[in-house]
Amino acid sequence: MLGYIQIGPEFVGLENFETLFAADSDLMKYFGNTFILWIMGFIPQIFFSLLFAAWFTDIRLKLKTGAYKVIFYLPNVIMAAAMGMLFFTIFSQSGPVNTIYMDITGAKAPYMFFEHEWSQRGVIALINFLMWYGNTTIMLMAAINGIDTSLYESAQIDGANPSQTFFKITLPLIRPILLYVLITSLIGGLQMYDVPKIITQDGQSVNRTSMTIVMFLQNHLYSKNYGMAGALSVILFVVATVLSILVFAMVKEREPKKKKAKKGGNK
Amino acid sequence: MGYSTDVVGAKSSSTNLLVRRIICYTVLTLFAIISLIPFFILIVNMTRQSNHIQKGFSPIPGTYLLKNFMTVIENGDWKMLRSLFNSLFISSFTALLSTYFSALTAYAIHVYDFKLRKPVFTFILMIMMIPAQVSALGFVRLVAKMELTNTFIPLIIPAIAAPSTFFFMKQYMDSALPLDIVEAARIDGSGEFRTFNSLIMPIMKPAIAVQAIFTFVSSWNNFFIPALILDMPTKRTLPIVIGIIRSADYAKFDMGAVYMAIGISILPVAIVYLILSKFIIRGIALGAVKG
Repeated sequence: MLGYIQIGPEFVGLENFETLFAADSDLMKYFGNTFILWIMGFIPQIFFSLLFAAWFTDIRLKLKTGAYKVIFYLPNVIMAAAMGMLFFTIFSQSGPVNTIYMDITGAKAPYMFFEHEWSQRGVIALINFLMWYGNTTIMLMAAINGIDTSLYESAQIDGANPSQTFFKITLPLIRPILLYVLITSLIGGLQMYDVPKIITQDGQSVNRTSMTIVMFLQNHLYSKNYGMAGALSVILFVVATVLSILVFAMVKEREPKKKKAKKGGNK
Repeated sequence: MGYSTDVVGAKSSSTNLLVRRIICYTVLTLFAIISLIPFFILIVNMTRQSNHIQKGFSPIPGTYLLKNFMTVIENGDWKMLRSLFNSLFISSFTALLSTYFSALTAYAIHVYDFKLRKPVFTFILMIMMIPAQVSALGFVRLVAKMELTNTFIPLIIPAIAAPSTFFFMKQYMDSALPLDIVEAARIDGSGEFRTFNSLIMPIMKPAIAVQAIFTFVSSWNNFFIPALILDMPTKRTLPIVIGIIRSADYAKFDMGAVYMAIGISILPVAIVYLILSKFIIRGIALGAVKG
């Protein structure tokens, strides 16, 4: 632009990293927040998804599941930001949850969900859970559908009960897809942004206890602090890689024996 | 063996089954209701006036449905219908191309044994772990230098390389695509491309349907990259328009219009989902593996 002199970018070496890892930096706090928010949503998500996927594909139960499958996935269709808005309405002072709460307990004042650390985190985790459990259910269902039905039939003839069938046949055979779910959810969780941003009003509420790492990154981008944003991106990338390798190692650990047996079988 | 003793057992297991079914349906219905609550709030708020919405939620629908709809559709600055079409165009092509090419890539890594197979696989996974925010600045500059700003090409073509779709296809092949089938096809004299298109694709149908839905939805709801590339009013996608409606200044701010715009943006995705969900039918993969 005419009349402006461009200053920088200036080479600062590792200064940005030093600032980020300094004792007064909140980096670790934001990583912690992100992890807490992710795990609070992920544990119920994987539990219910596995349960529902098993139910939907159970050849003995023969549930009529068409409508449920459609409905479970629907929340994922709404944009994360819109989902945040809707839940902000639901849990707000005069929202339906507080109306019911005051009717049942007779409390005079509404419960301020967005002014307490754990209720705020709970709402964010609930949104993430609702958005993704249908998605995960469908994914696991597709995996279970890929399993040869004759395995289930023979298990049934041999007198296996439903939980035995699930733990001895289904779970080992869908391990690759489970690994996929775990890793994509982990990476998605690390990048969590829209929902906490809307719920926490840019992360500032309740002493920034629900501010995620990408919100922190976005703040630097917004204030055109590209150096810091870049440094933060690199840290984020390293963390994601390390976590994914850990998960891979954990899940792959028990596999080599089976793979060898499989290869032998194919020959 | 032992049919006579089985009669009693069969009876008790059928009542057992009934109890299990009742439990299943109860839990499933509960979750279905919870999943529908946001939609209920959305639909009710679509019919209400902005001032009323801001006062607090009430489950009684208002009378502003048509008015909110007209506000959103007729506003010349927002160009809602145009952006609906743009989003539909981008998301459909993205879903189509990314699922086909991801399946193709996964097939190559799954079936062919070549020197760089392992490193290529690891490399693709590494790319998956890079958050979109990290590479966005470089991408936008590249697009600007190629003079592709305000076109849909930078939104569709790069989507062909979709690491997470690829990863899913690869994992699915690991569990549902035995190499014997490919070998059998080769022995029968089928070319490699033909094997993929007419043999592998049908086996992969459930995986493709699943990923097509997911890709479509994530492209449909993507705000971050399109907002950086499209700034001409006629090229905007839905999330950008919703962002504009939401960030309107105080005097023009219309909460009813915001909810209406969100509602309009959800409808097409729900339809696409309903169409594709038919394809995830039990046994598509099984028929192929059994033979």
